[in-house]
Amino acid sequence: MGLKSFKGGIHPPYSKESTEKKALERANEPKIVVIPLLQHIGAPCDPIVKVGDLVKVGQKIGEASGFVSAPIHSSVSGVVKKVAAVDTASGKILSVTIESDGKNEVHESVVPKGTLERLTSEEIVNIVKEAGITGLGGASFPTHVKLVPPADKKVDTIILNGAECEPYLTADHRLMLEEPEKVIFGLKAIMKAIGVEKGYIGLEDNKKDAADVLKKLCENEPNIEVVVTETKYPQGDEKRLIEVVTGRKVPKGGLPMDAQAVVDNVGTAAAIATAIQTGMPLIERIVTITGDAITTPKNLIVKVGTSFKHIIEQCDGYKSTPGKIIMGGPMTGFSQFTDEIPIVKGTSGVLVLTQEQSITPEASQCIRCGKCTQVCPVYLEPVKIRNLSIHERHEETEALNVISCIACGCCSFICPAKIPLLQSIRISQQAVLAKRRNK
Amino acid sequence: MENVLLGSSSPHIRSTENSSTIMRDVLIALLPATLASIYLFRLSAVIIIAVSVVSAVVAEYVSQKIMKRKTTIGDLSAVVTGLLVALNIPAAAPWWIALIGSVFAIVICKQMFGGIGNNFINPALAARAFLLASWPVIMTTWVKPGPDAISTATVLGIIKPGAEATGDALPGLFNAFLGNIGGSLGETSALLLIIGAIYLFARRIINWRAPFTFIGTVAICTAIFAFTSLDANAPAVGFEFVMYQMVSGGLMLGALFMATDYSSSPITPKGQIIFGVGCGLITAIIRLYGGYPEGVSYSILLMNVATPLIDKYTSPKVFGEVK
Repeated sequence: MGLKSFKGGIHPPYSKESTEKKALERANEPKIVVIPLLQHIGAPCDPIVKVGDLVKVGQKIGEASGFVSAPIHSSVSGVVKKVAAVDTASGKILSVTIESDGKNEVHESVVPKGTLERLTSEEIVNIVKEAGITGLGGASFPTHVKLVPPADKKVDTIILNGAECEPYLTADHRLMLEEPEKVIFGLKAIMKAIGVEKGYIGLEDNKKDAADVLKKLCENEPNIEVVVTETKYPQGDEKRLIEVVTGRKVPKGGLPMDAQAVVDNVGTAAAIATAIQTGMPLIERIVTITGDAITTPKNLIVKVGTSFKHIIEQCDGYKSTPGKIIMGGPMTGFSQFTDEIPIVKGTSGVLVLTQEQSITPEASQCIRCGKCTQVCPVYLEPVKIRNLSIHERHEETEALNVISCIACGCCSFICPAKIPLLQSIRISQQAVLAKRRNK
Repeated sequence: MENVLLGSSSPHIRSTENSSTIMRDVLIALLPATLASIYLFRLSAVIIIAVSVVSAVVAEYVSQKIMKRKTTIGDLSAVVTGLLVALNIPAAAPWWIALIGSVFAIVICKQMFGGIGNNFINPALAARAFLLASWPVIMTTWVKPGPDAISTATVLGIIKPGAEATGDALPGLFNAFLGNIGGSLGETSALLLIIGAIYLFARRIINWRAPFTFIGTVAICTAIFAFTSLDANAPAVGFEFVMYQMVSGGLMLGALFMATDYSSSPITPKGQIIFGVGCGLITAIIRLYGGYPEGVSYSILLMNVATPLIDKYTSPKVFGEVK
């Protein structure tokens, strides 16, 4: 009690026991990597290698084609086998297939960039941009864009998001516990890049060990504060985190910057630290491979482009016939139709549910319990929107602020009638957005 | 991979609570008061409860078959309705009163409006109002607890302001709280109803908003009345009058189990408060100034009809919206 929290939200079974105590391990070297040229929100990259080219670790293979974009680098050394559209977690995407030569020769461009004291803000932003760093929490927004706020937005607070409120996932937890120095270094780099004096690291109280480690390291850092919040989903949503940490509410339809804050995932901060300290761009990440259908759940450091199948084999394969393979966590993750797709920058977890767990419960009639309204962290009325959405009355859902839905899934989770509320809300949200675009 | 993976929209996990577990919890919460009514009124209580519950379930099954709907008696909501009908009937009433009440509640109030979640009024209370209007004598003939079935007036009848003296002795306040008094089956023991409701609060099936504001409003209104307008020679005066108002009649049953009915009360938090205050005001007005000694059921029924309107005007402000 007494911990900071927000209004609404749910307490799902967190199911983190199977991996939260497991130290990070390096995944086995993949023989083949398939690296999609679009792993972020924004414009896809243009390939700058062709079939037969020899590439090295950290070599750029996709050039960003706009400001809101992030370059793509090779995670292995070897030969380019194919540049073609293949199946990925987000559909068919132009990807570079590289056969590893197993030598892992590092590209010449990968050199340490110097100390934080010597680097200017512009240099840090440029390092982040060139390293292809995107938000590692799952949304994959190019990080350098957030480091240059528009002139009219005054940012005074950086918050690192270590809440990891999604059940099952423990990647951020293990990172904060095992590599806290990198997280703090990354936070300082972000603070310097934007020119901000105050930094926070926010995490839930189910990661006390990590909080203790971070607090100890921050004892002599007057500008950095570790904030422990109540464990409640969706604490890791950035607007919830900003409110809990700073007491500020992001205005409706606004961005974190409208509350003078920038939020980055702890993994993103660590990736920035790596890019500055070693010069290595973002070519690998921590992935929690978990779920009741996985024999030995693990937290693995995986190279981008490694197939799900390859790393699941390293977790001793499937314990039972998988029912669902989800990229991400159970609340917001995306179910996949095959395990032969690559890990990308935004893959925080690979969750495999058993067939029994995967059965979609049959929906019954709404009993008007109002629980969806009580748990909605954005204070929407999911059942009202749903009743309009199924009759395609999207003008009316627009008036009910359907656009503000953050797709956290609390309403669908809590519904005793098992109505797929979020699904109906999404349909209406897309209809409203499409209408706005056509205007 | 040969195996077919299931694809679906997130979230991929669901709460274990469902409509039947909620109804089961309501039944558990009503159990103490139900057992007490059997203890107090013996066989007559058993007959009324059994007839009510069985006929509610059968009525639900048959009407769903006739209307070619999916049978949903498994969700236990008909059992809850049947039990609530029984708890609203006086112990001395004949068995067919229970039967008619349950069939009316399920067929007319619930299934004809679309079944669970679609009834705009509380079926059990509507049944009570229907029975009271149709068989007023049967529905107001109260007996004292025990095997002898001596008829008596209810506490509220005895202390009704402005009414003629009933000639019955007013039971002690503590007896009224325990439930050792005349009244409908489930209205007698405030204590056991509160115990049941605590279980529902703990299980987060119901929240404080409607019941607390309901009871609070009745308390405030009757207190103002007691200390300003009440005849000094009334059977109960001052604070005692207020306490009798709290523990007797249908207030606890109504506020804790009827005003919290999902289908017929508002969904929005603000709406639930308005609903509770409205029920409290109407109850107090009927009890203090109206023709009947008791006004809980009519107050809830009237607020039930206002629910869609309340819900419409109490939509919560979306996160970050400027006032």
